[in-house]
Amino acid sequence: MTILEPIDAYPTQRISGFPVRAGRSLPFGATVVPGGVNFSVYSNHATAVTLVLYREGEPEPMAELPFPESFRVGSVHAMTVFGLDVEGLEYGYRVDGPNLPWEGHRFDPSVVLSDPYARMLTGHGPYRNRSRVALDDFDWEDDRPPRLAHEDLVIYELHVRGFTRHPSSGVAAPGTYAGLVEKIPYLKELGVNCVELMPVFEFDETDNVFTGVNYWGYSPIGFFAPKASYAATGRSHMQVDEFKHLVKEMHRAGIEVLLDVVFNHTAEGDERGPTISFKGLDNATYYMLTPEGYYYNFSGTGNTLNCNHPVVRGFVLDCLRYWAAECHVDGFRFDLAAVLGRGPGGELLHNPPLLESLAYDPVLRDRKLIAEAWDAAGLYQVGSFPHYSRWSEWNGRYRDTVRRFVKGDLGVTGELATRMVGSPDMYSRRGTAATVNFVTSHDGFTLRDLVSYDHKHNEANGEGNRDGDDGNHSWNCGAEGDTDDPAVLATRARQQRNALLLLLASRGVPMLLAGDELGRTQRGNNNAYCHDNPLTWLDWGLLEENADLFRFTRRAVAFRRAHPVLRGGSPASVHWHGVRAWQPDWSAHSRVLAAMFDGGGGDCVYVAANAHWEPHALELPEAPRGQRWHLFADTGAAPPVDAFEPGEEPPLANQAQLVAGPRSVVILVTR
Amino acid sequence: MRLRQESHGGVNVISMDGRLDSETAPRVQQELQALFPDDGLVVLDLSRTMYMSSAGLRVLLLVYRQAQRSAVRLALTGLSDDVRAIMDATGFLGFFTVVESVEEGVEALTV
Repeated sequence: MTILEPIDAYPTQRISGFPVRAGRSLPFGATVVPGGVNFSVYSNHATAVTLVLYREGEPEPMAELPFPESFRVGSVHAMTVFGLDVEGLEYGYRVDGPNLPWEGHRFDPSVVLSDPYARMLTGHGPYRNRSRVALDDFDWEDDRPPRLAHEDLVIYELHVRGFTRHPSSGVAAPGTYAGLVEKIPYLKELGVNCVELMPVFEFDETDNVFTGVNYWGYSPIGFFAPKASYAATGRSHMQVDEFKHLVKEMHRAGIEVLLDVVFNHTAEGDERGPTISFKGLDNATYYMLTPEGYYYNFSGTGNTLNCNHPVVRGFVLDCLRYWAAECHVDGFRFDLAAVLGRGPGGELLHNPPLLESLAYDPVLRDRKLIAEAWDAAGLYQVGSFPHYSRWSEWNGRYRDTVRRFVKGDLGVTGELATRMVGSPDMYSRRGTAATVNFVTSHDGFTLRDLVSYDHKHNEANGEGNRDGDDGNHSWNCGAEGDTDDPAVLATRARQQRNALLLLLASRGVPMLLAGDELGRTQRGNNNAYCHDNPLTWLDWGLLEENADLFRFTRRAVAFRRAHPVLRGGSPASVHWHGVRAWQPDWSAHSRVLAAMFDGGGGDCVYVAANAHWEPHALELPEAPRGQRWHLFADTGAAPPVDAFEPGEEPPLANQAQLVAGPRSVVILVTR
Repeated sequence: MRLRQESHGGVNVISMDGRLDSETAPRVQQELQALFPDDGLVVLDLSRTMYMSSAGLRVLLLVYRQAQRSAVRLALTGLSDDVRAIMDATGFLGFFTVVESVEEGVEALTV
């Protein structure tokens, strides 16, 4: 059988020496089609659009192809160009139109803009923002997302570069997706089943006025483009394949991959910032602008993406669908997601169309959606984020409550109880999958620093220590920073275990910050976004140095996996105790709380937390169903008997009473 | 880019001289397809391949798929460190039997 070539595989005319024809309006971006590449770009207010083509690395274009008027449909300019060698091709757009900032327009035809739909950017060198065409051929074999139940996740938040950049990581390609693949056995050993990658979309790592470094990357340039410098193969332009390989290998190990995505703003900043893409394509569409044409700044970084504009909403949807369908990513954590519920003038929308679209999107149906439910302009929606029974939230109140209780603050025991059972005050109808619990994240102190510093120490950031949060609920345990006082060190070690144990014994989805299981420190810096050096890199030497802490964390993760009663169930299946069994003390001066998680099915766990500096003898409730209490963990005990392998917990000698040491957490299980 | 085929004790050895990039890839792919037997053993010798781009790697991927579809057993030899590192980082390496020499390939495929 002869297959006829499609008729549109033939050019109809030549522009600037290249055979072309009118292109397809959709999909947006550069798509390989028979014989050529289809370029499609949106601009509502442009008067002229030109496709600019470069040979790889050349300063001057090899051709500029103006779009004829007949190649425009509505506000979409589309052209198929034939005979291109896509492998050596870089491209961009010149867009002309009014430059009337007070009307929102900032067209500047002297700038060659990035394609917002580009699957790859050059990513390095003087022409780092040029767009590239991806060869779309990756053998996924039989890859399928693990599709773990949301409440069964143990999320591990990590920075792709920082995780293996340190010389001690011992990987072949430090600081890359490939390097992370080499650490999968470690993740398996720790027991986490989900990694959340800090931003991997192309961003400018030199974009910072203070230190010249933007390490975290919450400042996107290319939303469809995996960061080339995180790829060992970035210089060969294989970053898309390398990223996909990472996802495939994670899935093979039963680990899901979530991306931390930033749709609230871009690297273009305010009117003083560079023109890279959106600003020159259609400023008035893509950004929220004041009536005078200035940038609303709900993100704290200069501009705010106009994400509830129908076109921008389509862009966000296209982007997430791409990562989910083409790159097999399992879900997303949305940076400053409260911004996504704002209208074009910054007003709070009652039924935000973007959030609703994402919640009901057919491609994203099985993907996790997690909101950082606040923004930088004071909107705090933890518990009230428009969720459509679909969205989960980073639970900032969980973080603050556990920190305050562990530190020894008064008046938080009652709230701790609420947080430990999945925060039903906020999420009763949505279940425990709605709350992502955490004590530390990339943003703020590491766990070790949380128990080593009363105050932030951000001197190296160049901002006079004015940056970063002041409200950390941290306690240095008696000495600020480094010390060799054994009593202080012992308290710190116990406090870290207390926080980890409470986190892993709480209902809701726990999230660990990478390195906390090894005692990673940033030397008191609680806003290390601008450091790409050993301050932020994971020092793998800590694995030996803090082997006790690693073993403890590994066992606590395994214990959670062994006990479904810790992951879900009705709040009524948790019974509260205090110094006396069945008599919790909810008074403001109480620092003792005990919870018995008992779903009635034979799985029963007792958690006692004593934040007081004195020991307390706790009367134990009778173990249900004629079983006996066994000791899983006691943070007051010395390693290695601070936690046992799940399934090998020794029976408790005294079944009627338990002594919870000073500042300690004890977990019992029935058998 | 030049392709040569020889027989080494019942094994087809195909060697590739020159650059394998988007310019040469379509032709190499066609020629490889023509040289490829329907069954038997093939060693692809890349020791004289000076440069391989991402399009070149995709040619290898197509060869791998062709081998999978037919009854051919395939090994690669002569990978430069660069090519090996790229294939490793992107997961392509896992599809192939990689050997250190043509002789080793002949042995690996005939036992």
